[in-house]
Amino acid sequence: MLNRYDPAQNERKRLRGAALEIVGLTKRYGSVTAVEGVDLRVAQGEFVTFLGPSGSGKTTTLMMVAGLQQPTSGQMFLDGTPLEPLPAHKRNIGVVFQQYALFPHMTVAQNVRFPLEMRRVPKHEADRRINEVLRLVDLATHHRRLPAQLSGGQQQRVALARAIVFEPSLLLMDEPLGALDRKLREQMQTEIARLHKELDMTVLYVTHDQSEALTLSHRIAVFNYGRINQIGTPAELYERPRTRFVAAFLGDSCFLPGKVTRVSSEVAEIETAHGLLRGRNSGALGPGAAALLAVRPERITLSRHASGKADNNLAGTLQQIVYLGQSRKLIVRLGDGTIVSTLAPITAEDEGGFDPGDHVELAWSSRGCNVLTDDGEAKDAE
Amino acid sequence: MESVVVPHILPAALTKRRKAPHVGLLVLPAILLLLVLFAYPVAWLLLRSFSTPTWGWSNFAWLFAHPVYLRVLLNTVLISGTCALCCAAIGYPFAYTMATGSERTRQLLGFAVLVPFWTSILVRSFAWIVLLQRAGLINQILLGLGLAEHPVPLIYNRVGTLVGMVQVLLPFLVLPLYSFLVRINPIYLRAATTLGASPARAFWRIYLPLSMPGLMAGSTLVFIIALGYFITPALLGGAGDTMVAQLIQQEVANFGNWGHAGALAVLLLGGTALVLFVTRRLFSARDAWSVM
Amino acid sequence: MILGNAWRSLTPGAVARRIICGLTICYLVGPLIIVVVLSFSAAQFLTFPPTAFSFHLYRNLLDDPRWGDSFVTSVSIMIPTALAATLAATAAAYGSMRLSPRLAALVSGLILAPIVVPAIITAAAIYGLFERLQLNGTLAGLILAHTVITLPYVFITVSASLKAVDPRLEAAARTLGAPLHTAFRRVVLPLIMPAVLSGLLFAMVVSFDELVVSLFISTPEVRPLTVQMWSDILGDVDPTIAAISTLLLGVALFAMCGQHAVRLILRARNRIDGVA
Repeated sequence: MLNRYDPAQNERKRLRGAALEIVGLTKRYGSVTAVEGVDLRVAQGEFVTFLGPSGSGKTTTLMMVAGLQQPTSGQMFLDGTPLEPLPAHKRNIGVVFQQYALFPHMTVAQNVRFPLEMRRVPKHEADRRINEVLRLVDLATHHRRLPAQLSGGQQQRVALARAIVFEPSLLLMDEPLGALDRKLREQMQTEIARLHKELDMTVLYVTHDQSEALTLSHRIAVFNYGRINQIGTPAELYERPRTRFVAAFLGDSCFLPGKVTRVSSEVAEIETAHGLLRGRNSGALGPGAAALLAVRPERITLSRHASGKADNNLAGTLQQIVYLGQSRKLIVRLGDGTIVSTLAPITAEDEGGFDPGDHVELAWSSRGCNVLTDDGEAKDAE
Repeated sequence: MESVVVPHILPAALTKRRKAPHVGLLVLPAILLLLVLFAYPVAWLLLRSFSTPTWGWSNFAWLFAHPVYLRVLLNTVLISGTCALCCAAIGYPFAYTMATGSERTRQLLGFAVLVPFWTSILVRSFAWIVLLQRAGLINQILLGLGLAEHPVPLIYNRVGTLVGMVQVLLPFLVLPLYSFLVRINPIYLRAATTLGASPARAFWRIYLPLSMPGLMAGSTLVFIIALGYFITPALLGGAGDTMVAQLIQQEVANFGNWGHAGALAVLLLGGTALVLFVTRRLFSARDAWSVM
Repeated sequence: MILGNAWRSLTPGAVARRIICGLTICYLVGPLIIVVVLSFSAAQFLTFPPTAFSFHLYRNLLDDPRWGDSFVTSVSIMIPTALAATLAATAAAYGSMRLSPRLAALVSGLILAPIVVPAIITAAAIYGLFERLQLNGTLAGLILAHTVITLPYVFITVSASLKAVDPRLEAAARTLGAPLHTAFRRVVLPLIMPAVLSGLLFAMVVSFDELVVSLFISTPEVRPLTVQMWSDILGDVDPTIAAISTLLLGVALFAMCGQHAVRLILRARNRIDGVA
């Protein structure tokens, strides 16, 4: 069983023998490139999420693994076996679609039985497996229902049951929770996580919802314009984004442009319009290079007077306070017009009592922010 | 005079001065035309079956007493049924190709299927006479290829009737079926593929069952229309292929017997209504699973 | 194809389907082509393929008064019919939009009935009526009967178009001060005009091709072209019919192109106006 908090263990498993390996996968439609040079190694039992905006190529990549789309070039291996020569119905990969795709003229049980019939599983064995998998998804009493009689969440669970009943080596999920409302989605996420743990399946999961990706995955591959922008554990991607895109896509970031003055292996110092700022060195940055400091609002502390103790200090005017329920977002305007926001959790004692127009001081640690190259892409070490 | 647009400062009572004639009255010319020239005479004809020559069921009794007429009624149902089957057999692959093919395929096939709508039945029946006669093109081909020794009788019999009718009725199956097939979500077939179904099995287990309502609707339509057909069986059929419509014509034009004609009309309309009713009951239950 | 690019479309199933579709297209369209070719045959009989070609069949057409007279009759029926049917059907389609749903359903049920009821029944019924009104064998009678028959087709066409017109357009015109008939004439009518014209064309073709009802209510003196053809075919088949048929096909083709053109105009105009 993989431990989500032990990246080293996952790495060891990956190197020992990947369950799924994708090499240089590319898909072009005429002059349009949907997917470009995707490389990926997934360990047995790993939950990898493809995250990105619409049209970034994540679904296309998934469909190529499933066999529903043909790659223009590149290779795929499942447990060492090349996938391209295999037609989709021989790949033994389970797929859960966003629109569920439950056969409307079949009952729940018949839907789940279908893949077993395709594999000529004997009846008593099939019955056993169907009962077991329906119990697993908490629909044990729904055998005879038709899909039209089920709610969205129930339909999704049947789709899941159907995709795992034949014990595939790989499970692909294409935005399965996209059609559900927020509360239901969160419930289903817990379900999926629970099932993944129980069955120890290898899963490729596509979503554009970052909180979903952060919650469920061992690793996340962030897609943009058909390429994997950065791949790593949720913590790695959130704490140490290597590109501007990832810093902006996952969570919120404030960006302060400047030029690199000094670098060490850990820290980079840049000269910005607001003075010298320091942050973690995200990749191959040399002195004089154009760079960007990315800091998350929740890392910034706001106070009336500068304490002088923090690595990074900025002064500005409070523009707007936005009430978010769990926290308050304070939007500050710096001297040159740059907007920076900070997130302050609302606690029992109401501190500060700031008003728009107040002069405020912002401070944060150099370990709480990253310096990225300004063209948006840092050198990819993996 | 339309209702005047009055500024809101005036009391409300004044705005109701002149009420314009309701626009709905525009339906009257068409309605009157249809009531006088259609509804009334048809009702009158149907009534005659019970009222002429005296009130009672004598016309129906006479009909059922004569095996000739019963045979015609049976033939009508048989021929219509065969038409529906043939149209289904030819029309399903045709509509399927239209629904799943390229835009050009769709346009080409769609155009071909619409041609019968726009061209006169007479012209088409004449064309079949030319083609199916003893010295016609089909027989020439058959004899030339050695598939037959003597000219095959293809016209003035059941074959000719069916060939002519199926050509006319095919669009009535293809078009409703096509518009149904086009609404089948391709995701079902993709899901079936990922679950291990080869294309053939995916078609048999998933696509075909899902397309059944459309096929049934089209076949029923063909059957109902064929029941009342007159021109094609008259021109291309033989004595043994007489259908109800021809009987009605004979009773009116040759014998002036409105009672008999009315009775036959009642049977024809009644049969049509029965088929419609039965198929609606049978197939609305299936719509429970149209999650499409 | 539906299953994605995983297969080249040369599976046995696809090949069989292509054969069926090809044969079906020949079956649907072939006989008509043969008739057209036949009309240029020089022979006296219906031999196909023709060995020699000439226009003599068309000359027959022009010479023989039977064909000329019946053609004129057909046209004299077709035009008033189409106009009357289009007027009545358009009015009915527009009016029924203002009726309660139940009433509108009744109206459309009645108007569409002639399509549902077998032509033979309609024919016999109208014949019986005309016998008492002494309208058999008259042009007026034929026009009335044809109007009733073609009305439903125009109604369907215009209704569909009316449903696609945004009702707020008419409402906007009224709030801008236009009385109802002006709103209709200046706003609604131009938008449904392609459908109205299309219906008109359709009514003309249906009337021109109509046989069953005309058969009952015609006489040898007053008969449309189709009835003349009918009696000719039932008699001894004269190859001149090939020439007439070709003419009828020409009319049908013309109408079909007209309809297509109308649809193109409709689509182009909708792109400009943004009407659904």
